[in-house]
Amino acid sequence: MILIFNKGMNTNMEKDTQWPLWEIFIQANPGIPHKHVGSLHAADAEMALQNARDVYTRRNEGISIWVVEARFIKASSPEDAGSFFEPANDKVYRHPTFYKVPDGVKYL
Amino acid sequence: METDQALFNYLLRLADSSLILSQRLAEWCGHGPILEEDIALTNVSLDLLGHATALLTYAGKGKSADDLAFLRSEREYRNILLAEQPNGDFACTMLRQFLTDSWHYYLYASLQKSKDETLAAISVKFLKEITYHLRHSSGWVLRLGDGTAESHLRIQNALDELWSFTGDLFDSDSADELMLAAGIGADLNEIRKQWTAHVSELLNKATLKIPESSFMQKGSLQGRHTEYLGYLLAEMQYLPRTYRDAKW
Repeated sequence: MILIFNKGMNTNMEKDTQWPLWEIFIQANPGIPHKHVGSLHAADAEMALQNARDVYTRRNEGISIWVVEARFIKASSPEDAGSFFEPANDKVYRHPTFYKVPDGVKYL
Repeated sequence: METDQALFNYLLRLADSSLILSQRLAEWCGHGPILEEDIALTNVSLDLLGHATALLTYAGKGKSADDLAFLRSEREYRNILLAEQPNGDFACTMLRQFLTDSWHYYLYASLQKSKDETLAAISVKFLKEITYHLRHSSGWVLRLGDGTAESHLRIQNALDELWSFTGDLFDSDSADELMLAAGIGADLNEIRKQWTAHVSELLNKATLKIPESSFMQKGSLQGRHTEYLGYLLAEMQYLPRTYRDAKW
């Protein structure tokens, strides 16, 4: 399994004449987090920034752009799901549900 | 020449240059080298179409922007010769764009201070878009010039081909002089200095050589164009001329 995967990667990389893939994050308004909107190809960071501006902010979607080359993102794998996320399922005490919200408190 | 007529001619020069370049860039739609660049080129095209529409609407005084765009013939067009040159390859398009963006940049930077309030106001708006166009085309000229042997050759060929159309950017007639004296128009001599300094510096950085020949094409101010404009207009104007009342 691992062998085939590696072999596939190498063949792809040798033949791939595409520019590197970049992941694009846009901040829609001041004070809120940048959100992942998609990806695109570009030769370097400046080109990625310009392409992101042209592809993803044509309709007033944002006020700030982050670009990051996809290969620098370390992602969890589906096999990790069991050990990573399931243990949280039965830990109800981690949720702030054991006290009463006083009347009149807004935005909680 | 009356001031009104001079202003009309002056605005037409600006509007036609943006309109014709916009039409040229639109030819790339669906043919860009990569999807991202295809969108970038058509974005610029639409920005320029917006500039042309604003200028023609202001110039028209009764005549609609559409009438001015679609019902004038080649000899009535006042666009810069550079704008009507064929797209050629991507290097040629980008070099044409860089030379024109640089011209637009200094021109509208100056027109922001025009005594004509409408022209000053629209120039402020245009300049923001043009600043981006220039950043985009400058990046490509650098990449292609200082890139591979193939890309360098292609963009150097484009520069050799297009350079003789750059003198036309700064040609002026009596309308220009009247507008300059009235504080409405820009000082083309000043813009030529700024343009030359900026363009030389970037081309130098891109390892490109400006042709030594000082021969420059002329004639657009008198409506004398290269052989390419007629074909461009035929395509652009065909529908509204054939079906006068055509609506979307």
